[in-house]
Amino acid sequence: MPFKLIFLWTDILIFLLLASVVLFALYARRHEHLRVPWRQVRRRPLAMSALVVLSLYVTVGLLDSIHLQRRLEGATAGQAHYATNIESLLDVVCSPLRERIEKSYSAPLAMYAFSREVVPRADGRMSFEYPRLRFGGAQLRDPSERGTDIARRIGFGLLLAIVTFVLLASGVVLSIARRHNDSVARAVARLARGDIETPWRAILATTGILLSLGCVALSLAGGYHILGTDQVGQDVFYNSLKSVRTGLVIGTLTTLVMLPFALAFGVMAGYFRGWVDDVIQYLYTTLSSIPAVLLIAAAILSLQVYIATHEESFATIAERADLRLLFLCLILGVTSWTSLCRLLRGETLKLRQMDYVQAATALGVGHIQIMGRHIAPNVMHIVLITVVLDFSSLVLAEAVLSYVGVGVDPSMNSWGNMINGARLEMAREPIVWWSLTAAFTFMFGLVLAANLFADAVRDAFDPRLRT
Amino acid sequence: MRSTLLKVEDLRTWFNTPEGIVRAVDGVSFEIARGETLALLGESGCGKSVCALSLLQLVPQPTGRIVDGRVLLDGEDLLRLSEQQMRKRRGRRMAMIFQEPQTSLNPVLTIGAQVREALAHGSERGDTRRQAVELLDAVGIADPERRYHEYAHQLSGGMKQRAMIAMALAARPDLLIADEPTTALDVTIQAQILELLRELQQKTGMAILLITHDLGVVASMADQVAVMYAGQIVEIATRRALFSEPLHPYTKKLFRSMPAASKRGQALDVIAGSVPSLRQTFRGCRFAERCDYVWELCREREPAWHAPTGHGVRCHLYDSTSAGRDVDDRSAASGAMSTPFAGGEQTLLQVSGLKVHFPIHRGVLRRVVGYVKAVDGISLAIRSGQTLALVGESGCGKTTVGKGILQLVYPSAGSVMFDGHELTRLPASQVRRLRRQFQFVFQDPYSALDPRMLVAESLEEGLRALGIGGSRDARQARIDALLAQVGLPTEAKGRYPHEFSGGQRQRINIARALAVEPKLIICDEPTSALDVSVQAQILNLLRQLQDTLGLAYLFITHNLSVVAYLAHEVAVMYLGRIVESGRAEEVLENPKHPYTRALLAAVPRIESGSKRRVIRLEGDIPSPSSPPAGCHFHPRCPEAMPVCRQDYPGSTHFSSTHQACCYLYPPRAS
Repeated sequence: MPFKLIFLWTDILIFLLLASVVLFALYARRHEHLRVPWRQVRRRPLAMSALVVLSLYVTVGLLDSIHLQRRLEGATAGQAHYATNIESLLDVVCSPLRERIEKSYSAPLAMYAFSREVVPRADGRMSFEYPRLRFGGAQLRDPSERGTDIARRIGFGLLLAIVTFVLLASGVVLSIARRHNDSVARAVARLARGDIETPWRAILATTGILLSLGCVALSLAGGYHILGTDQVGQDVFYNSLKSVRTGLVIGTLTTLVMLPFALAFGVMAGYFRGWVDDVIQYLYTTLSSIPAVLLIAAAILSLQVYIATHEESFATIAERADLRLLFLCLILGVTSWTSLCRLLRGETLKLRQMDYVQAATALGVGHIQIMGRHIAPNVMHIVLITVVLDFSSLVLAEAVLSYVGVGVDPSMNSWGNMINGARLEMAREPIVWWSLTAAFTFMFGLVLAANLFADAVRDAFDPRLRT
Repeated sequence: MRSTLLKVEDLRTWFNTPEGIVRAVDGVSFEIARGETLALLGESGCGKSVCALSLLQLVPQPTGRIVDGRVLLDGEDLLRLSEQQMRKRRGRRMAMIFQEPQTSLNPVLTIGAQVREALAHGSERGDTRRQAVELLDAVGIADPERRYHEYAHQLSGGMKQRAMIAMALAARPDLLIADEPTTALDVTIQAQILELLRELQQKTGMAILLITHDLGVVASMADQVAVMYAGQIVEIATRRALFSEPLHPYTKKLFRSMPAASKRGQALDVIAGSVPSLRQTFRGCRFAERCDYVWELCREREPAWHAPTGHGVRCHLYDSTSAGRDVDDRSAASGAMSTPFAGGEQTLLQVSGLKVHFPIHRGVLRRVVGYVKAVDGISLAIRSGQTLALVGESGCGKTTVGKGILQLVYPSAGSVMFDGHELTRLPASQVRRLRRQFQFVFQDPYSALDPRMLVAESLEEGLRALGIGGSRDARQARIDALLAQVGLPTEAKGRYPHEFSGGQRQRINIARALAVEPKLIICDEPTSALDVSVQAQILNLLRQLQDTLGLAYLFITHNLSVVAYLAHEVAVMYLGRIVESGRAEEVLENPKHPYTRALLAAVPRIESGSKRRVIRLEGDIPSPSSPPAGCHFHPRCPEAMPVCRQDYPGSTHFSSTHQACCYLYPPRAS
C-alpha cells in the first residue's frame, strides 16, 4: 500500500458520532413520536436549504477527517518508511492548492505580489516593483489577458455547474414522477409550484447556487489564488476549507462530551431529589460560577506544559495539535454542561410527578428503568434543541478563544487562528482584508445554516410551540 | 315582557390549521332577552367557547376568523364594528368570566388594582377606589378593604372567581358571558358562585350567557337552554320544556347517561363513540353516527331547524314528512346488568389510623417547622368485590389516601393491611411483589400514559416489571385479551396515546391496571376529566369488570351522583379525616354530619321543582397545615356549638355500619 491510515483521537470520535447519528436516524424511523417532528422539519424549505449547506460543510469536514501517511519511496526491503507529515483526504484532493505557496501576501485573483520587492531586471539593473507571483496567474504571458482569462474560467465553471445541475435535477424529477406515478412534465410542474411535501424546489435552488459557486471556484483555483494568500504565502481558500473541520469538531464533540454528564446528572437530580439533588446542584453551581475563560486558559496552558515536557510521545505535529483540540473540546464540554443539566433537572422534577411515572411505580418498575424508559425519552426534545442551538455558539467560541490565544494549536487551521493572524494586518495600507473576510464568510455560512436548522428543529420538537 | 338584548344569526367561526379548516362554530343562531339566562350546553370540543369568543371578537388571530353571520346587540351589528369601536363595547356592554380563575388574574397586581383598572375602562367617574371596594363587597368577598390590597395567590379559588366577577361587573355590562365559571371549583364553592350570579342578576337585570357542560348547573341557573353539538345548536327550549320533554335524540341520551341512585344495578345509557372532528365537511346530520334513531335520510340531508312552539330542534324526526316515525325510547337501558353485584364478606383491605404528614421546611437549614396533615388518621375497610367511595372536596387529602395505601407516598403512621400483609412494615422488595394485587387508575387520562410509548409497551410494562405473563407471545396474547376486555380494537396495540380520545385513553389506563390481575383498584376521579356521555361508558365498564372479575374498588371522587350510582359504601372526608361513613343508602339518604348534608345539598339536581333545603356553606376549606382547633368543620358549620371549637368529636354509631363524628349526636355504642 502506498500509504497507511492514521486515526487521530478526534477522527475516531467523529466517526463514532457519525455512527450514532445514523443509528439514531434508524431508531427514529421506527418511532412515530420521533418521526413526526422530523417530518415537520423536512417540510420547511428554509430548514432544508440550511441542511444542504450544512451537509456541504460536513462533507468537507469528513474528507478532512480521514488521515493518512504516504510511504516514502526507496524504502529498504521489508521495512516501510512513511512521511513524517500526516495528510488528510482533503489535502490530497486539494494538493495543488496546498503546494502552490507564494512568498507572502497576495490579493484574491492577483498576478502580482502585495508588496514591492527589489527584483533584477533583464538589463541587469535592479528595480523596486511588484513581482509576478510564482503560481497565481503564472499561466499568462501577457498580464493584460488576465480579465479575459478570468471571464473564460468563470464561464467554464458556470457551464460545468449547469450540466451537473441539470443531471441532478432530472434525477430528482424522475424519482418524483415515479413516486407519484406522474408524467415527467407534470412532475416538473409540481416541482415548480412547490406542490410536494419535501421542498425540493428550495433544495434544488440551494444546490444550484452552491454548485455554481463551487464550480467557478474550482475552475478559477486552477490558475489563481481565489481568496488570496496569507503572510506565509499559503492559499487562504485552502486554509478556510481546512478550518471547517476544526469548527465542526468543536461544535459537535464538545456536545458529545457534555451530553452524558448533563443527561445523567440532570435526570438523577430531578428524579431522586433529596441529597442526590443537593450534591449535583452544588457541583454545577460551583462549576458555573468559575469564569469559563479562566478555566479554559488554565487547562490549555497546563496541557501545553505537558506537551512540552513529553515531546517524545508525539510522533507528528498533527498528533500534538489534535490532542490540544480534543482537550479544548473536553474543557469546553466540562464548562458548558451545567445549563443543560439545570434544564433537564427542572423538566425531570415536573415529569416525575406525572401520573404515568407514578403508574409505573405502582406497577413495580424499578428506578433505573423508570429513568431510562419514561424520563429520558421525554426530555430528549430538550437535549436535541440544546445541542443544535449550542453548536453555533461553540463554533463562535472557538474563534474567540483562538483569538485570545487559548484556542486550538497555532499550527492548526482554524477560523480563529485566521482572524488572529489577519488582526495585525488590518492597519496596513492598502488593507489586507481577504483573510478576515474569508474566515468570516465561511464561519458565517456555517453558523447561519446551523441556526436556521436549529430554529426549525426547535419549532418541531418544543411541545410549547406546538399548536 | 321579554325584550331581546342579543341576537346571533347564523354565526360561523372557522380556524385554519395545517390539517385543514376546523369549523368550530358552523351556523349558530340564538337570542338572549334582558335579565334572562341562556345556558349553552355541550360536550367539550363542540364549539361553545369559540362561540362566546366570537361574540366579543376575541377569536385567536390569525388562525381563527369569523366567516359569516350577524351578532346584533340592541340592533347594532357587532361584527361590522372596527376593533376600536369594539373595544368600547367590551366590558361596558358585554363582559366575560373564564373557567380558570387561577390564570385569569395577573399575579403581580393587587386585586384592587385590577378591579380599578376595569372600572377606569368602564366609567370616567371619580372615586374608583371606593367603588372597587364596594364591588368586592357586592360579590361577597369578606373584609373587602383588606382583600383590596392582596394578590391573587393570597386568595382561594372561589375568592378569585368572585374577584373576576367583580371585574366583569365593574362597568355594569348588559350581558355577562360566563365560560364554565364553576368547573374548576368544588361543589360547595360552585353553589356559592351560582347563588351569587343569581343574586347579581336579580339586582342588576343583566343577561347571562352561561356556557357549561354540566346539566346540574343548567338546571339550577338557566331560563333558556341551547344544546350545542359539533358546531351547531341542535335544540333550544326553556329549561322546563327541555327537562320535561327533550326532543333531540342527543339531549335525550345526555339525560339518560347521567348516573344517579335510581339507576343503581343497571347499566347506564351511553352515547356510542365520541364527538366527531370538526375538520370534516358534514353531509347529513352531525349526530347520525351516534344516534339510535338514525335512518337513511339522516346520513344524506342535513336536518332543518324546527321550532313549532318555541321549542326548537334540528332533527329529521320532526320533519312533517317523517311524522309518525317512532320517537319513543328505542333503547331503554341496554339491558340490566347480569347480576346485581353482591360483594364477598371477606375484608380485603383494612386501613386503620393512616396518617400522611408532609414536613414543611423553612430557612437556610431546611428545618422542619410544621407538617401538612394531608391525611390525619383515617380508617376504612374494603371487602372483596365491593366499592368504597371516598368523597370530599379538593384539597381534603383523598388522593393522598389512595397513594398512601399503594405506598406511592409513605404513610407517617397507621397500618394498611392488605389481604393479610401489613404493607407499611414490609420491605420495599416485598411490597413490589405485592403490587400486582392493587393498582391505580388516575384522574387525568392524558398525563397517565407515557406519550413516547406504544399502547402495547405501556400495557406490557407491569407484566415485565413483575415478571408475570410468561413468554413474549403469551404476553402479547394477554394484551390482546386485555384490550378486548376494555372494549378497544386489537389494532390499538401499535398506536400512540395521542391518537386516542380521553375516554379511550381511560380505557387503556384501566387495561394497564388490569394487566397484572389485581384484586383492588384505586380509582382516583377516573371520570372527572371526561364528558358526561363518555363518563357513562367508563362507569359501565368499571361496573362490568367488577361483576366479571370480582374487583374491589376504592373510588375517590367528588361527584356524589357517581357515588350514588356505583358505591356500596361511602366515606366522607374533610380535611384529612373521615367525618361520616356507612353504606351508600344510609349516608346518601340519611346524612348525619352537617358537612355531608351540605355536600348533598350543594349538588345541582336535574329533577326540577323538587324543593330541597339549601344549606350554604360559607368560606373555603382551611389549609391542612393549620387546621382549625376542635372539629375541623366548625368554622363553616351552620350548626356549630361552643364545644365544637374545643375538641375533635368522637364517632357516633347509628347502625353497625353507619357512623359520623359530630357533637350533634351523643356517642352511642353500636
